[in-house]
Amino acid sequence: MSQATPTLKASPTPRRARHSLTPWARIAALTVCALLTLGPVIWTVSTSLRTPAQSFDLPPQIIPTHPTAEAYRGVFDQIDVWLLALNSTLVTALIAVGQMITAGLAGYAFARLEFRFKKPLFGLVLATMMVPLQVTIVPVFLVLKSMGLTDTLLGLIIPAFPTAFGTFLMRQYFLGMPKDLGEAAMLDGAGPWRIFRSVYAPLAAPGLAIVGVLAFNYHWNEFFRPLILETSSQNYTLPLGLVSLQGNLGTGSISVVLAGVVLSMLPAVAVFVVGQRPLREGITSAGVNR
Amino acid sequence: MTNTQVPNTQDPNAQVPAVRSRPATPPPAVAVRPSVRDRGTRLLAALFLAPTVVGIVVFTVVPIIGSLVLSLFHWNVIDPPRFAGGANYRTTFTDSTVLVSFRNTLLFMVLAVALQLLIALSLALALNARMPVWLRSLFRSAFFFPLVLSAASISVVMKYLFNQDFGVVNWLIGLVGVAPVPWLTSEHAAMATVILVYVWQQFGFSFLLFVGGLNNIPKEIHEAAALDGATGLRKHLGITLPLLSPTLLVASVVGIINALQVFEQPYVLTDGGPGDATRTVVMVIYERAFEQLDFGEASAVGVLLFALIMAVTALQFRLSRRFVHYQ
Repeated sequence: MSQATPTLKASPTPRRARHSLTPWARIAALTVCALLTLGPVIWTVSTSLRTPAQSFDLPPQIIPTHPTAEAYRGVFDQIDVWLLALNSTLVTALIAVGQMITAGLAGYAFARLEFRFKKPLFGLVLATMMVPLQVTIVPVFLVLKSMGLTDTLLGLIIPAFPTAFGTFLMRQYFLGMPKDLGEAAMLDGAGPWRIFRSVYAPLAAPGLAIVGVLAFNYHWNEFFRPLILETSSQNYTLPLGLVSLQGNLGTGSISVVLAGVVLSMLPAVAVFVVGQRPLREGITSAGVNR
Repeated sequence: MTNTQVPNTQDPNAQVPAVRSRPATPPPAVAVRPSVRDRGTRLLAALFLAPTVVGIVVFTVVPIIGSLVLSLFHWNVIDPPRFAGGANYRTTFTDSTVLVSFRNTLLFMVLAVALQLLIALSLALALNARMPVWLRSLFRSAFFFPLVLSAASISVVMKYLFNQDFGVVNWLIGLVGVAPVPWLTSEHAAMATVILVYVWQQFGFSFLLFVGGLNNIPKEIHEAAALDGATGLRKHLGITLPLLSPTLLVASVVGIINALQVFEQPYVLTDGGPGDATRTVVMVIYERAFEQLDFGEASAVGVLLFALIMAVTALQFRLSRRFVHYQ
């Protein structure tokens, strides 16, 4: 601070003049970074629209001279896209709904109900956020095997229902709601279930949307668990099917592989467009809440 | 900001006064039928918690114990398990692939997290400057877009971009006269490429955390600092960073936990190669368990990874006591 004192006396004008240049440099740098970030995606889309013969062309044509859906037909010929998409949709949607229900209920209990062992139970839930999936996967595989759920979609869905992060998020969300609402309802004679059902649950919709969108994004893209649990190809989800498309490299066409990538990206992009705000809030609050 | 829209930032202690305030509610309501209401509340709590707690016990707590137990046995699924004592751990410490995988994972963690935090922080700070709102939201969306894509499919894409012979990356650097780099086929370059691909996809997460953290810093503090003559880098180092330190802690904890579990990128890009140059701990767990059906050793490696994650996280929280400032 002692060194800052002399600068205080220096007139602020030259500093301001120097600063007025930087916004443009800043925006230019940010634009380059944004292009680097989006470049691979743009290249993927444009290559998927080229003919297989042109797919290796350099310089890459960003706007294909002869756009064609040939590669997309190739994908549909080689893998059962509809089945994979159906599997992915089923798994992802059921997990998202399941997590919204379990996290909503548990989050409310931790935020607004009184019961014994509340603190240790919440500690247990938080602690499981730190347990890597890979450490538990072998026993989880064995548990599912004993239930006859390996190589089924149900085996992917059920273990994903409890969500420590979602529970934490919903607890914070319910804590943020005014307590007087519930107290007023209680004075009117409402029991704990009525207070939850009629007062707090309807207010929870935006928070539940965050949990749902996060779950959708994570499980739509999930690779590790499906890779281990699903052995027959009729139970594959999209990411698994895609990686199997890679054999196309041998036949000299990457446009088919990339068309598959684009197809699998579409729902994720749709969620990005529609669910951008909840997704962002979900991630941002992780940093602010703790 | 409305109360109901924004996830609340209260700390856990916030509920303590609330609990104490209960007797303060009008006595009749509490006195009429307290026991009935309490039993109802407890029953409801049990019902509400059951799915989450049972799920966590069955699919996380029991499996952790299961991993510990399994790591003490030889088991290949076909023959009955045989007690092995510490044999699996001894094998682990003499198996060069396992040792290399731990070295790779630690190296990956340090470089990937450092790079990711640096990029995310620079971009968040740059975005915090004055600019049109639409431009800011455009940049923000661009930077977190890769996060919504699947790591597996992105790695498929990157495999082609980084191809030595026909990849766009080598063509691009060729334009400025750089010789083609064997991105995925030489030992050092392969690790660097896996890190780049991982960071490309992941930095958006820390970026969003930093954007949120910067929004939380009161404007007055910066204005006061500007009056005191603080500018540019000095302002960032002296004021922004300390105020952002809680967010920095969360970003690095989450970043490290995620990085120690890296799997998709090396699996798709290099399959652990060339040699074992990019083989990570999780790849070894996967290979031991589901390719070689050596469930005992896979569990031992898993337990060691868990211990490593706990140790690193604990160390981080300990170190952070000196560097993290809460407002």
